Amino acid sequence: MPQKKKTTAVVRSQTKLSEGIYDMWLETELARQVRPGQFIGVYPTDKSTLLPRPISICEVNEEKTALRLVYRVAGAGTAEFSGWQAGRQVQVLGVLGNGYPLEAGSGKCVALLGGGIGVPPLLETAKELPQVHTFLGYRSADTFLQEDFARYSTLHIATEDGSLGTKGNVLDALLKSGLKPDVIMACGPMPMLRAIKQYAEKEGIEAYISLEERMACGVGACLGCVVKTKGIDAHSHVHNARICTDGPVFNAKEVEI
Amino acid sequence: MNTSVTIAGVTFKNPVMTASGTFGSGMEDGEFVDLNRLGAVVSKGVANVPWPGNPTPRVAETYGGMLNAIGLQNPGIDVFIERDIPFLKQYDTKIIVNVCGKTVEDYCEVVDKLASPPVDMLEINVSCPNVKEGAIAFGQKADALFNITQEIKKHAAQPVIMKLSPNVTDITEMAKAAEAAGADAISLINTITGMKIDVNRRKFVLANKTGGLSGPAIKPVAVRMVHQAAQAVKIPIIGMGGIATAEDALEFILAGATAVSVGAMNFVNPYTTVEVVDGIEEYMRRYQVEDIRELIGAVE
Repeated sequence: MPQKKKTTAVVRSQTKLSEGIYDMWLETELARQVRPGQFIGVYPTDKSTLLPRPISICEVNEEKTALRLVYRVAGAGTAEFSGWQAGRQVQVLGVLGNGYPLEAGSGKCVALLGGGIGVPPLLETAKELPQVHTFLGYRSADTFLQEDFARYSTLHIATEDGSLGTKGNVLDALLKSGLKPDVIMACGPMPMLRAIKQYAEKEGIEAYISLEERMACGVGACLGCVVKTKGIDAHSHVHNARICTDGPVFNAKEVEI
Repeated sequence: MNTSVTIAGVTFKNPVMTASGTFGSGMEDGEFVDLNRLGAVVSKGVANVPWPGNPTPRVAETYGGMLNAIGLQNPGIDVFIERDIPFLKQYDTKIIVNVCGKTVEDYCEVVDKLASPPVDMLEINVSCPNVKEGAIAFGQKADALFNITQEIKKHAAQPVIMKLSPNVTDITEMAKAAEAAGADAISLINTITGMKIDVNRRKFVLANKTGGLSGPAIKPVAVRMVHQAAQAVKIPIIGMGGIATAEDALEFILAGATAVSVGAMNFVNPYTTVEVVDGIEEYMRRYQVEDIRELIGAVE
């Protein structure tokens, strides 16, 4: 297993994609060992905000020398990141988490379901899986990463206000498409993931969902980011998996959300 | 140059330890740092049975620090003895097991089970609510602290460190109570109880509403309390609270601590412990300090 490290990365570019959504490429050695669905910790430089921000990896360049983060400005840390310009040296921690089980999708009909800021972590997965269908959900026609996903997958869009694609959420778009996937891989807000878990259980579909929680260390030491699990967890033997290390991707059947 | 210190007959290669709960049992942080470089690994709190901990969110960042309300999630002493102690025994570092409980009997059960395993010291977390006494933490009343210390000393096969809570009116009263009851050392400070409110949602940020504040923001409070305690008792002190650098660690040592623990900063920079060890050695070279023990309580 590749060793986790805290290391220096260099900002290659920073672009605003949509309201509050930014796209940053970082040159880093960590790019060599990324699996789709993993994340890194990014450190603000302002010392009043100490903890690394867990940000999922959107994609890796072909040379595996840089990785792309598409993130939402959610607080002081990410607000600082959005102001970083090309050439800036920054501290990162990684690579963290388990990622999506690509082998579970091999040779099967896979649907990727992403909602809001849960869209970016699915891009690298879409690149790795052939003939994949992607369902992306946004609030409105102010979308992001749409063209990237269209390049690597059959794309379906849902918007809450109906201004683009199916009116409703990603599950509505999946049902409308008539597609019956064998495997779902998803990331998005908790209500969406709950609905996917229910749907997948009812239809007997294998589903892998990426979860999010407030975390401190990102490496499994603080026990801040736990999720209730059906089975006894290996670490504390109390039905609490660590999202940062046992996840963030879980088989939907195994978590109680 | 000597960096080793001795507490209750246990000699540590250097005074740098890990604060309980910020380093697990070293398995996770061991991916970043060589555990052989540390004076001791202080384990996460372990109880007589597994504890599931609190609901999430359990952590929140605050200005220069963080709040946590993990709720002492732990696998219980049986798993700990079987898994964590053999893991730590692979390294040339001392093992200090932090013990938590809901009743005095819970604590003593854990301490009894640790009698034979190869553990160097015990650290007792008295910031847990005493469920039989109105859920006030053992460490917030001098008589309760005295009683639990005395009971644990009857059961303990290893020297006992009482980890004091800063959430008291007078830390010296607590330090004296621990000493009078036979504690071999004290460690301080545990986290300071705090709260954070999300003004946009008008809700508490932590599911538990309150949490323990740690990180650089609390360091001046911790240094002051270590100094006060050092004036009040003769037993050795392990100082902690927001240590991020060797200079921070040295403040605690100069205030009267024999050893120090790195806590929340392990979450920020997993290399902190080793950077502090290296930095203390650099400081000693720079000021031609032959023996770290010359620095203990040397503030003028």
